[in-house]
Amino acid sequence: MHLGLPPWAVGGAVAVALVLPLLFKNFLVFQLTLVMIYSIAILGLNLLTGFNGQFSLGHSAFYAIGAYTAAILMDRFDLAYYWTLPVAGMACFVFGFLFGLPALRLEGVYLALATFALAVATPQILKSSPLEPFTGGVQGIVILKPDPPAGLPVNADQWLYYFTLAVLLLMFAGAVNLVRGRTGRAMLAIREHPTAARLMGINTALYKSLTFGVSALYTGIAGALGAIAVQFVAPDSFTFLLSVSLLVGLVIGGVGSIPGCIVGGLFVLFVPNLAEHVSKGLAGAIYGAILLLVIYLMPSGAAGFARLIWARVSSRALKPSVTEGRTP
Amino acid sequence: MELFLHQVLAGLATGGIYACLALAVVMIYQAIDNFNFAQGEMAMFSTFIAWQLLQWGMPFWAAALAAGVVAFAGGVAIERIVFKPIRTASPLSHVVAFIALFAILNSTAGFIWDFNVKTFPSPFGSRPLLGSGLISTHDAGMIVVTVALLAFLYGFFRYTRIGLAMRAAAAHPASAQLVGIRVGWMMALGWGMAAAIGAVAGMMIAPVVFLEPNMMLGILLYGFAGAVVGGLSSPGGAVAGGFAVGVIENLAGTFVPFVGRELKLTIALVLIVGVLMIRPSGLFGRTVVSRV
Amino acid sequence: MKIRRRDFCVTAAAGLALLNTPAWAQKKYDPGATDREIKIGGIMPFSGPASAYAAIGKTEAAYFNMLNDKGGINGRKINLIQYDDGYSPPKAVEQARKLVESDEVLFIFQSLGTPSNSAIHKYMNAKKVPQLFVATGATKWGDPEHFPWTMGWQPNYQSEGRIYAKYIMANHPNGKIAVLYQNDDYGKDLLQGLKDGLGGKASMIVATAPYETSDPTVDSQVVNLKSSGADIFINVATPKFAAQAVRKVGEIGWKPALNIVNNVGNSVGGVLKPAGFENAKDVVSTFYHKDGTDPTWKNDPAMKEWNAFLDKYYPDADRTSTYAVYGYAAAQTLEQVLKQCGDNLTRENVMKQAANLKNLEIGVMLPGIKINTAPNDFFPIEQMQLARFNGERWVLFGDVISGEVGAGSGS
Repeated sequence: MHLGLPPWAVGGAVAVALVLPLLFKNFLVFQLTLVMIYSIAILGLNLLTGFNGQFSLGHSAFYAIGAYTAAILMDRFDLAYYWTLPVAGMACFVFGFLFGLPALRLEGVYLALATFALAVATPQILKSSPLEPFTGGVQGIVILKPDPPAGLPVNADQWLYYFTLAVLLLMFAGAVNLVRGRTGRAMLAIREHPTAARLMGINTALYKSLTFGVSALYTGIAGALGAIAVQFVAPDSFTFLLSVSLLVGLVIGGVGSIPGCIVGGLFVLFVPNLAEHVSKGLAGAIYGAILLLVIYLMPSGAAGFARLIWARVSSRALKPSVTEGRTP
Repeated sequence: MELFLHQVLAGLATGGIYACLALAVVMIYQAIDNFNFAQGEMAMFSTFIAWQLLQWGMPFWAAALAAGVVAFAGGVAIERIVFKPIRTASPLSHVVAFIALFAILNSTAGFIWDFNVKTFPSPFGSRPLLGSGLISTHDAGMIVVTVALLAFLYGFFRYTRIGLAMRAAAAHPASAQLVGIRVGWMMALGWGMAAAIGAVAGMMIAPVVFLEPNMMLGILLYGFAGAVVGGLSSPGGAVAGGFAVGVIENLAGTFVPFVGRELKLTIALVLIVGVLMIRPSGLFGRTVVSRV
Repeated sequence: MKIRRRDFCVTAAAGLALLNTPAWAQKKYDPGATDREIKIGGIMPFSGPASAYAAIGKTEAAYFNMLNDKGGINGRKINLIQYDDGYSPPKAVEQARKLVESDEVLFIFQSLGTPSNSAIHKYMNAKKVPQLFVATGATKWGDPEHFPWTMGWQPNYQSEGRIYAKYIMANHPNGKIAVLYQNDDYGKDLLQGLKDGLGGKASMIVATAPYETSDPTVDSQVVNLKSSGADIFINVATPKFAAQAVRKVGEIGWKPALNIVNNVGNSVGGVLKPAGFENAKDVVSTFYHKDGTDPTWKNDPAMKEWNAFLDKYYPDADRTSTYAVYGYAAAQTLEQVLKQCGDNLTRENVMKQAANLKNLEIGVMLPGIKINTAPNDFFPIEQMQLARFNGERWVLFGDVISGEVGAGSGS
């Protein structure tokens, strides 16, 4: 599995990312911000499903909890937007961990059902009357876009883009660190062979629940950013279909690949628009067809494909020196 | 008390819908060890084909049979064309392929037949059964058909050679191949049968909920829940699970105070997850023990 | 060089003539408007759970095609750019921003769905782009004081609820009411209007049952409502569920003294036929436009024109559903607004003219119903008329009733 790109690739990508908002119109900057937000959410799912092998269809619930936490704090309690992220992250970590504990007993399809139950229940709970004073019920909550700090020559959209980029880099670095270290190895061991892992002394129960928590934290922070970017939360924004989108993004980017999450985010935002552009009446069919094509051509996602190309290119680069050595 | 009885019977009636679809879900799970999200859409599409044939003047049973055959062929074709090339890919990639299939079928159905609801006739009529207001003839007919399908599947898997071959191919593909079973075609057959069962389910369901491209998603999710709670290795369990989900949901909606009406789906799902905690393989499922 | 007197006079005369040009003849444009075209945006659920409503968008697109074939409005063609939001609020925000910032439309027309419109409400007002003739009946769109750039079109749901309340208090003052409603903005809004209209007698409502759009059937809810002992049943549901409910009421042998179905769910072809005409007999509902299946309007010139329009520009339209009439009427309302704008196609003027519709009669609306707006009245249509289903078709009765709600009231 792919843990990270060579430093020059990362540096180049960051440089490009820094320059983009200055070149494009606000609308595209807004879209790119959404891409980054989805990438973070997909990374959360990746940690759980890709690295730890626990199948989740319920991440829309964590995204929703993060989003509503941010919205309620900003709207009812006047909290500054940057403080909502850690709070949302913490709240989701707790929820994720608590959900992960009973989920320990479930495997595969059964875990899928439990997480799916979570995803379907969340909009219903958000709409319910007891919670209405907080959540605004079906009407949802409207929040204001944060203004850039005084003195900076960027507008609100650009500021949000840079803010999101900073958060993204921080979280991706954190994920790389996590996966490369002991915890990461434990997670992978659990995915590959849970019994052997336990025999080696890994506390599978603790690690699985912790992974659930961390995964929820990531997706929750993405949700909070999403609420700020879209400036609106409502129960119907967080249906089961969102979980499906995150899963699609995960697979397209490459399960177990951290940089792949960005590809996943790009796919999830832009391909439906592309499909609509091609045919309004059959947009869904075109989207499905593109999806099938991508799966067929790149069964291991974009990351797997990139690895394949890289292997081909580097083996070609090596050949001349080998034959050179042979030339008399 | 009368309300309780009413709700139980209404729950059995909707449960019959879920049970029907749960059967198709289990069928495909037995064949490919994965859950096919597009099952509902395939059923919906087959039902639309039946509807179109009826519009063109075909008598009901001929149209139903034709739709079932088309569904079977379609299922086989989908397996051969879409899934065979990616069979070695990870299960998650398969899930995404199912999602793609879902999108294609839903969008195409909407494009061809639009999104307004259409009536689909019931072969059993819609009069109250035995004159009482408790259950209609269609609901009763649907339950009978589901049980008949169940009996047929049981007999097929237990007592026929092909059924045995299918079970072998799903459980141990390598060993099955070694004894001469064409594993690839067994999978295709499994898909075809699941698609045909789905078509029957769709034609039973459409008279109740009305035919339109989006009719199946909610039901599929309930059917999935029913199948899992009953145990994915047991068709009988899946059917029982489907009925159970229907009844629980209705009773929760009626009798749980305050939030029952708003959260009945949540309550049903919480109960299901609770069942899974106690019996992780479902109520009637076999626990699979594998060597380490 | 000496300026000859004659030249000077001619130049001066020309100068004076220019100065005296009346202001309205000067062309003023905001983004999206040019000499040749008016670019407007639309957000419709072409996919997702509400895709049946996309027929409204298609009708409107067809109508503008027809207008363009006739030369457009004041010599300008209408360029309608529509995007799909799949009934999802975040997607609606994205599409709205695309239309305003990327496509640079003059305004957005008939964006559909309460959640989607709620999501873009503040944005549109912050950007000062008209969110015109919103295609939902939520009451909050008529609030010019706080949201001067948003205006609804159809009678709002609270108005409708009040009209039912008025009718019930006049004809069934001792009744017990049971309400089935969709558990979202729209259902709750109508229920609120009903309660407000009953005022002190709101206790007449003995049972309410919500349903979700993901529920397969509403049979369980209907059974519950019957057991409450109510003798008035109000069905606040979208077509598919309204049909299921009407059918179930008949199936379980419940014969309420008054059986009301709301305006959204009263289509003959889309609701009553699937439910079964025997079950739908004596159902009461409200209307504000003519129904395509009603033989009363067979020789009505406006409906004939409507049918001819569909024949040529949208032959696949389902004429038994209300969407094709709705879209047509809304498009004609916009046509009037744009005509009134003349050459002053600024966003401000568009809103000004939209708030300046006086007794506008659209042919396909019911006789007696007029569109009226004013700077403090952002509810174009507030009148409806009751009708009873006689087993074959809707029969209008009574007078046109007004269900006025105060501006800015409602959640």
